[in-house]
Amino acid sequence: MQPATILATDCGSTTTKAILIQRQGDEYRLAARGEAPTTVETPFDDVTLGVLNAVREVEDLTGLRLATEDGLVLREDSGDGADLYVSTSSAGGGLQMTVAGVVSAMTAESASRAALGAGAIVMDVIAVDDGRREHERIERIRHMRPDMILLSGGTDGGTITHVVETAELLLAADPKPRLGSGYRLPVVYAGNRDARAEVEKILSQSMDLRVVDNIRPTLELENLGPAREAIHELFLEHVMQQAPGYSKLTGWTSADIMPTPQAVGMMVQTVAQQRGIDVLAVDIGGATTDVFTMFGGQFHRTVSANLGMSYSICNVLAEAGTDNVLRWLPFPLDRDELRNRLRNKMIRPTTIPQTIQDLLVEQALAREALRLALEHHRSLAVGLKGIQQERTIGDALSQAGTGQTVVSMRNLGLLIGSGGVLSHAPQRAQSALMLLDAFQPEGVTELAVDSIFMMPQLGVLAQVVPEASVQVFERDCLIPLGTCLAPVGQGKPGDTVAEVRVARSGAPEQTVTLQFGELVRRDLPQGATARLTVTPERRFDCGAGFGKELDTEVVGGVVGLLLDARGRPLVRATDPSERQRQAAKWLGALGLPTGEGD
Amino acid sequence: MATAYTPGLVVTERTVVRKTRRLPLKGDVLVAVGDCVEPDTVVARTELPGPLTTVRVAEKLGLEPQELRPAMLKREGEQVASGGLLARTKSFFGLFTSACESPVSGVLEYVSEVTGNVGVRHPARPVEVLAYLHGEIEEVLEGDGAVVRADAAYVQGIFGVGGERQGALACVAASADATVSGDALSAVHAGKIVVCGGLVTADVLAAAARVGVAGVVGGGILDADLTQLLGYEIGLAITGNENLPFTLIVTEGFGEIPMATRTFDLLRSLEGQRASISGATQIRAGVLRPEVIVPRAAAPADDDAAARGQTTQLVEGALLRLIREPYFGRLATVTALPPELQEVESGARVRVLQARLTSGEEVTVPRANVELIEG
Repeated sequence: MQPATILATDCGSTTTKAILIQRQGDEYRLAARGEAPTTVETPFDDVTLGVLNAVREVEDLTGLRLATEDGLVLREDSGDGADLYVSTSSAGGGLQMTVAGVVSAMTAESASRAALGAGAIVMDVIAVDDGRREHERIERIRHMRPDMILLSGGTDGGTITHVVETAELLLAADPKPRLGSGYRLPVVYAGNRDARAEVEKILSQSMDLRVVDNIRPTLELENLGPAREAIHELFLEHVMQQAPGYSKLTGWTSADIMPTPQAVGMMVQTVAQQRGIDVLAVDIGGATTDVFTMFGGQFHRTVSANLGMSYSICNVLAEAGTDNVLRWLPFPLDRDELRNRLRNKMIRPTTIPQTIQDLLVEQALAREALRLALEHHRSLAVGLKGIQQERTIGDALSQAGTGQTVVSMRNLGLLIGSGGVLSHAPQRAQSALMLLDAFQPEGVTELAVDSIFMMPQLGVLAQVVPEASVQVFERDCLIPLGTCLAPVGQGKPGDTVAEVRVARSGAPEQTVTLQFGELVRRDLPQGATARLTVTPERRFDCGAGFGKELDTEVVGGVVGLLLDARGRPLVRATDPSERQRQAAKWLGALGLPTGEGD
Repeated sequence: MATAYTPGLVVTERTVVRKTRRLPLKGDVLVAVGDCVEPDTVVARTELPGPLTTVRVAEKLGLEPQELRPAMLKREGEQVASGGLLARTKSFFGLFTSACESPVSGVLEYVSEVTGNVGVRHPARPVEVLAYLHGEIEEVLEGDGAVVRADAAYVQGIFGVGGERQGALACVAASADATVSGDALSAVHAGKIVVCGGLVTADVLAAAARVGVAGVVGGGILDADLTQLLGYEIGLAITGNENLPFTLIVTEGFGEIPMATRTFDLLRSLEGQRASISGATQIRAGVLRPEVIVPRAAAPADDDAAARGQTTQLVEGALLRLIREPYFGRLATVTALPPELQEVESGARVRVLQARLTSGEEVTVPRANVELIEG
């Protein structure tokens, strides 16, 4: 029988979010949401207190009785409670792993992908060729204190020596688990099967070793499934049991607790498969930024562990550089003033911008955090390296190597933004512009934001009641911003880029002559569609090829249709004053304030 | 959420401070409940397993890994001395010998016939945990450490760098908003914790290092000066392990900000007394703020309520510090707490409060942008 009432929570590092989903007629809809501070840290030391507080907010809003002092109530005959309860968690820093392999670009990279796909933050990648000396690697492993280690290396029948040496390295480092001192560190071995006996001999005394199939049985084949399953099992058995209150929470849930990023990844894969498009989703938080992509049926996830909008805000500044942040501002700001302001945000991370200028400073920084997170993702979301490729005569001149990134902004069909700075921007057009500036999608791309970051709860729910998950995702979770058309190519300001005809039923046809350097917005409300006929100049490609006409249907959203003729890659003026005018012009094109007396 | 404002930093002339002093691994606790301790009293001790040195014995002797074991002179579990022989081979009817010495002293932990390497574990390294405070042992954590309790004046800063240190407090500023120059520090301040008023300048930091002070406490610091002091840019606010000649604590933030008068007056009133300070700051996952602790004689019994410290509520009349532009660093008093969401200049609809600045101006600010002044 389909459940009528579903309760789902996500225990984040700072906030625990609860949503209540109810069946209304034939469809599932979001009924209420509540949130409360996460209580995994001292003085509470019990994650369930935060869960109960968040659920109480839902109770207040719905009048339903979902919890008692003893815990959540699952419905039996009383009429109280929910039929189903699921939860995700990234509290206490989520699942933190160190991975090891023999060659950085091969087994170690596969190990990283296995860990990231299982929802982990990869703290370090150890490899024979990582450029560090042995004692440096040992120091690093000791210092990291991961929750778990994934050891890979060698194809089946390949090197044993290097794999065993890496196991010896782990033994020498003797890393201690991050949470709790009374249990042995879990290690998943997913390397050359011929080295299993030696690895067991070395590690099984001091660590909790789990042996699974090789993640790289041959150079041409990557088999991440068994390692990911083992990581998930050990996460539940060890890490969750050490985190304060989780054993109690596990007793309440109707399905296994899932690491938050793994649940979001599930959701992204589901959307891409159902709609048959390539999808990129980004979640920019206070400490980290996660990027999830599904391109050509391949799923990839990366965590940029120190790119975020509060705790890590100064790390974004350090990585991006002050000038790259300043370039997005439509007004002059002293460099030292910018740096002091961002440092103050770092030490008081819960504050919010009150003035428009302050808001624009944070949004400028967000663009850089997103840009850097995408760069990081591009570098890891790659095809297998070092494998043999069949080349035809036609390929002979291209010389494309193996291990190319699978991320193609040209093929991207849907770009989803979530996380406070995107989901809670005062105006949706601000979110749209941040996504455009940071990711620079090419051709035709739909844009959306996750309204209240429900993707984790819906991802874990997809495992139990997929129908409910998909319905709530489409009706209550995603807010469509609209569609962007961005011709690829370069020109001079004022050059004609393309002629765009926009045809909507019940409305007169509009024709826009796009000029290089401009950004144009046209109304196209949520739920509406339009026929777009684009005739680009020969130096520009809108998706059909350079100079070739494109005829496509586009969907609307709360921002509408965005025609972005600013060039790909986006061209910025070099003179600071001119750059400020440029930034002001683009904000103005979307009707957004510039902080200069508007 | 119920708490939309930032709990303030504690500034109080009398409270009970409890510090849990814990070993990184299980070990021996050397104190008992009720013991009086000084900052340098060792409360617990353990031995960290020594590092493991891998010796490539087969490679050095020109052997295949599987030929290693017969050549070994030591077995797993045996002690080896630095320079002592680990393995030896003989060739050509015993005329030529090759030997491999251990580069370190320790215990032979493993011999691998796959890699041809052996592992020698170094002797364990002692680790001690000190009391940090002048106080009394309140609780012993069996095998882990102890809780030290002290009646003390307590000041939390907002950000710091550098580890735990002790010294007598010395006030070098005339007022909470004064910016002192490096000339204000002299040899008499060596080993002391100097209290500056407002901005801690690069000049003062240079003088502090030259004179050899134990700590510097001030209202604000410029980002550029902090970067110069550290020699690198801080990305994440996780500090306390910097290798600096003194510990730095700022009480208000980055920029030219006066120290809160209450904080300054309290520190000045404690001049000459010994303080324990720590610059350790961690904003993420279990907030940790830098601190100045000045142990004092225990409070009389009827003063116990005051000794516990009071947590101020966000109510009309509460004293606040505004912690975001456009009023960053200003002090104010709450005049109204409207329950409904209001739109602020940025366009966001948020919970706000109305407050009167010390200048008399009435302002409306998001509740997230205020910090209660607690004590």
